[in-house]
Amino acid sequence: MFGIDIRQKAWSAGLIVLFFVAWELFCLVTGMSDLVLPRPSQVFVTLFQRFPVLWPHIVQTLATTMFGFVLGVALGVALGAIIGVSKTAYDTCYPLLIGFSSIPKVAVVPIFVLWFGSGTVPAVLTALSICFFPIVVNIATGLATTEPELEDVLKALGASKFDILWNVGLPRTMPFFFASLKVAISYAFVGAVLSETVASNRGIGNVMMTASSNFNVPLVFAGLFVLAGLGVALYAVFSLIEGRVTGWATRKNDVIAT
Amino acid sequence: MRMQPNDQFDGQPVAATAIELSDASVTFGRGDRAVPALSKTTLRIADGEFVALVGPSGCGKSTILRLVSGLVQPTSGVVVVGGREVAARAMRVGMAFQNPTMLPWMTIERNIMLPLKIVEPFRSNFRRLRKTEFRDRANALLEQVGLRGFGSRYPWQLSGGMLQRANLCRALIHEPRMLLLDEPFGALDQFTREELWAILQNLWMTHKPTVLLVTHDLREAGFLASRICVMSARPGRILDDSRVEFTRPRTVAMTFEPDFVALNQKLRAFIEDARSAAEQGTG
Repeated sequence: MFGIDIRQKAWSAGLIVLFFVAWELFCLVTGMSDLVLPRPSQVFVTLFQRFPVLWPHIVQTLATTMFGFVLGVALGVALGAIIGVSKTAYDTCYPLLIGFSSIPKVAVVPIFVLWFGSGTVPAVLTALSICFFPIVVNIATGLATTEPELEDVLKALGASKFDILWNVGLPRTMPFFFASLKVAISYAFVGAVLSETVASNRGIGNVMMTASSNFNVPLVFAGLFVLAGLGVALYAVFSLIEGRVTGWATRKNDVIAT
Repeated sequence: MRMQPNDQFDGQPVAATAIELSDASVTFGRGDRAVPALSKTTLRIADGEFVALVGPSGCGKSTILRLVSGLVQPTSGVVVVGGREVAARAMRVGMAFQNPTMLPWMTIERNIMLPLKIVEPFRSNFRRLRKTEFRDRANALLEQVGLRGFGSRYPWQLSGGMLQRANLCRALIHEPRMLLLDEPFGALDQFTREELWAILQNLWMTHKPTVLLVTHDLREAGFLASRICVMSARPGRILDDSRVEFTRPRTVAMTFEPDFVALNQKLRAFIEDARSAAEQGTG
């Protein structure tokens, strides 16, 4: 099992390397101008040279994302719990939720800017509004799928609704919750950068906007690389936590016969 | 009728009444869509009795269990359990269904201890005793059902039969005076089922709770019960109520003896009559 795991990782790393090599070769062979598509080697060089300048923006984007994400998780869990426990609340709230989640978030950034001015606040709010929906849906689904028989067993013992939620509902929801966290963190990231691009003077999104208006295309791509790197890192962190907390949900082999 | 305090099981086989249904009816839904599930059922079960409910499917057997456990309120009539009328409050009975529903993130031991987390007086001491007294109690039960050493395993590591044994342990851990079983062995193969009959009989003989068992299997009813009630098709009523006098502990071999087969055939005839009556009624 361990060997397969290592080999799998080697394949993943190999694919990434292959991707960059192909890109580099493509640019060299076609003689592509770096105003259109810079070579990855150029991008990496720019990234290292400009790193001291980029660093505060990276911190800004990361902080905005995490803040929006944490608020989004809090809101999502609360709303998901309410909806998941009560069928009536589920049926009542769902259309409104779908409506909210269908609004393209680019469209709401100007509204946030109108209310709170440009900068950090609209970025946090955009991150929040874009990432809380998958959490609501997953928490609600997890809670709604508790086995009725087990609920009867516990109710017959005199368990309160809270007892059942605490001992059965919430732990059962954990795999759904962590799956949604991995999606939500990427969403929050997209939301924060989106808002920075439209209305901010700080953050990676803003750096990329400024660089592209100066035709500093390698710096634009350096910004993209930073975003991709951060996205993968955050995803990895939540995968790791997920594995620790909800390992029970993923190992189903190895059954002992009577 | 003498009232018995039922807070703790004390193992005294007095002929006090454990469960009493008087003219109890249950109707689900209202108006045009009302479905009568149980009609004017009267049933008295003494403390420590092992009663099996048999009958055609959809005849309200499970409804009786849900009435006794307090999960369903009678539409009319009275249900008295342990000397108290079943009200909005649940009766803290042990229950087991066909689906063992062990929580996959807990070890078997902790799954079995789940009722102790909910029922007083165990609940207040749960944090203090879960690693000592309560765990020993869970393991003692596991040993009794032949699952010694499996307490630290996870549910996915056990077979269906083993999970169902653990399910029985969970239903008994808080020493309920009453055990309600809804087709607990329905999903198991014949041999595992027979093995579990013996285990359940053994549990009953040592703990002596009042047992109400819903089953489709007439051999199972004959093997386990001290009394068998046959129910009619929906809405359910009790058609026949007979004692089973075979000596205990009963064995699988006994189920093939003439007396036992005769009992089975008698029950079968009742159920077949009930089924054909139902068909005529609906057709």
